Amino acid sequence: MNSLILREATRLLVALMLLFSIFMLLRGHNEPGGGFIGGLIAAIAFALYALATDAQAVRKALRADPRVIAAVGLGLAIGSGFLALLEPAPFLTGQWTTVGDFKAGTPLPFDIGVYLVVVGAVLTIVLGIKEQQADVEDDPVEPEDRR
Amino acid sequence: MSWLLVLPIILPMIAAVVGFVLRGNLVAQRVVSLAAALGLLGLSIALMAAVWQEGVVAAQMGDWPAPFGITLVADHLSAVMVLISAIIGVATVVYAFGDVGDKAVTYGFHPLLHALLCGVCGAFLTGDLFNLYVWFEVMLIASFALLVLGGRRAQLDGAVKYVALNLIATILFLGGIGLLYGLTGTLNMADLHIRLQEVENQGLVTVVAVMFIVAFGIKSAVFPLFFWLPASYHTPKVAVSAIFSGLLTKVGVYALIRCFTLIFTGDVGYTHEILLWIAGLTMVTGVLGAAAQNELRRILSFHIISQIGYMILGLALYTPLGIVGSVFYLVHHIIVKANLFFVSGVVNRVAGSFELSRLGDLYRYHPLIAVLFFIPAFSLAGFPPLSGFWAKFVLVQASLEVEGYVIAAVALVVGLLTIYSMTKIWLNAFWKARPAEAGPPPPPLSGLQRWCLIGPIAVLAAMTVTIGLFVEPFYQLAERSAEELLNPQPYVAAVLGEEGLARMTALSLAGEEAGVEP
Repeated sequence: MNSLILREATRLLVALMLLFSIFMLLRGHNEPGGGFIGGLIAAIAFALYALATDAQAVRKALRADPRVIAAVGLGLAIGSGFLALLEPAPFLTGQWTTVGDFKAGTPLPFDIGVYLVVVGAVLTIVLGIKEQQADVEDDPVEPEDRR
Repeated sequence: MSWLLVLPIILPMIAAVVGFVLRGNLVAQRVVSLAAALGLLGLSIALMAAVWQEGVVAAQMGDWPAPFGITLVADHLSAVMVLISAIIGVATVVYAFGDVGDKAVTYGFHPLLHALLCGVCGAFLTGDLFNLYVWFEVMLIASFALLVLGGRRAQLDGAVKYVALNLIATILFLGGIGLLYGLTGTLNMADLHIRLQEVENQGLVTVVAVMFIVAFGIKSAVFPLFFWLPASYHTPKVAVSAIFSGLLTKVGVYALIRCFTLIFTGDVGYTHEILLWIAGLTMVTGVLGAAAQNELRRILSFHIISQIGYMILGLALYTPLGIVGSVFYLVHHIIVKANLFFVSGVVNRVAGSFELSRLGDLYRYHPLIAVLFFIPAFSLAGFPPLSGFWAKFVLVQASLEVEGYVIAAVALVVGLLTIYSMTKIWLNAFWKARPAEAGPPPPPLSGLQRWCLIGPIAVLAAMTVTIGLFVEPFYQLAERSAEELLNPQPYVAAVLGEEGLARMTALSLAGEEAGVEP
């Protein structure tokens, strides 16, 4: 889509939405919110960016392949569950420690992992569709004949 | 102990993540995949040993007590199913070294395979209905990706049918879960076992039970909901067909067995009568469908359906011997069925086709393959002394015990028709002379490829023979599972502790008083 208004507005909106997604992620600790919803908002931000520009620009902005982001997120979430071995307690039992005035614990990395999985998975699908669409527009041959 | 229950789910998940990150490196991917599959096998043996010694074991994730947290439970049935899945997992990984090309490996065959195993093990170990749904979804997503890997037209065609019908099953399942939660306020299976007996509106419980029959019925491909299976199972790579045929429908059967022994036992006369009809019709339609087919993998796909009927039969009889038969059948069938698909792949590699009309002379030039086909095929048909004989024997005996002469006759006739199908394959593919129009056979397999393809088949065939000849320990295992399934007290005690047991006793006492008074 080529619209000047959308492009300019998106530049402002994407930054705000990403900020909001992190706010939702952190808020999820004790109130409604969390990694899943935060990840969805971030994915929508990038999807909007893909609409205003193209899939290539999103890939550049992300820096990593969305599939790898999802895999790393899953690894992070599983890894935070394994910290329960320190106690030792069952898998995923929350572990807490105090750093200065700040209470740090395993639920946060778990939630960040979920956030990354959602961002990665949704963007894999969105960018895949977007790129296929671009292919069809560039190249009027029927998709199944190109195999 | 709790880690022993989590690791069979977490290890495949980690293998999927690592495999995915190593996507570009084919050798590293294969090494990770094999190591993880062997690791899963080791873990499942440890789990089996623990359950064998201690009985039902349970773990609460994140230390949240049941019924509020996520519970993992392993009784004999769960443990043996995880063990068999791990065995099939290792066999598939090794077979894939010879069968799945570099391109499919770059697209993530191995991570997807482990994601599938993760879903399967999760479904076997969970003690909570909602999590069962989640693991079904994990399995469905992974299996969908595996089905379309390669992207041929026929594959996409099969995959669309597969996904569409499985989504309907999922929606029904989720709807049933919602109703159950509304009725009882819990989804923990052990807790449900107690609470459902307290529900006043038993009619609604039966409605939910029937929804579950339909949902799991689609998943396990029973009559009349099986049509997605023969439409999709012959399209993907052989390694994929084999693990699907071994594990996916059996997860549905497992879910049926679990739900209809632990949760929905209020109106056995009604629900299990439905199951009995389903069992008989599934056996007959499956075997008749197979008789009409002339393509190796399609014949085998229809036979999955007819065999599912036998497993449901044991559950439907709902006697100790019947459940023993079901569990024994499950274990025997997974090994045999996956193995037959493996053999069909080798036949295709050495003879260049799955079509019976284009095969022949295999016995003459590939006697080893012929023997390795003979063992699982005639075990499937129920020849003594192979494992299938004992499985069918127990089920027929269980039917006769409750004077179900008709269903026993159906089971025997279906066994006979299975022999017909297997003989048809044997005659056409192995004995008949190779037809001239089939053209020259493809180039022979290289040494390493041969080992990777034949090795797993030989090991699985040896297991079939072992189960047949040394049936006692396997029978004992099935007997213990059946005992646990029909008497859920240890299961409830393991999940909910003493308090749950006390609630159960109070309930049965109240029931007895109510029964005595009038």
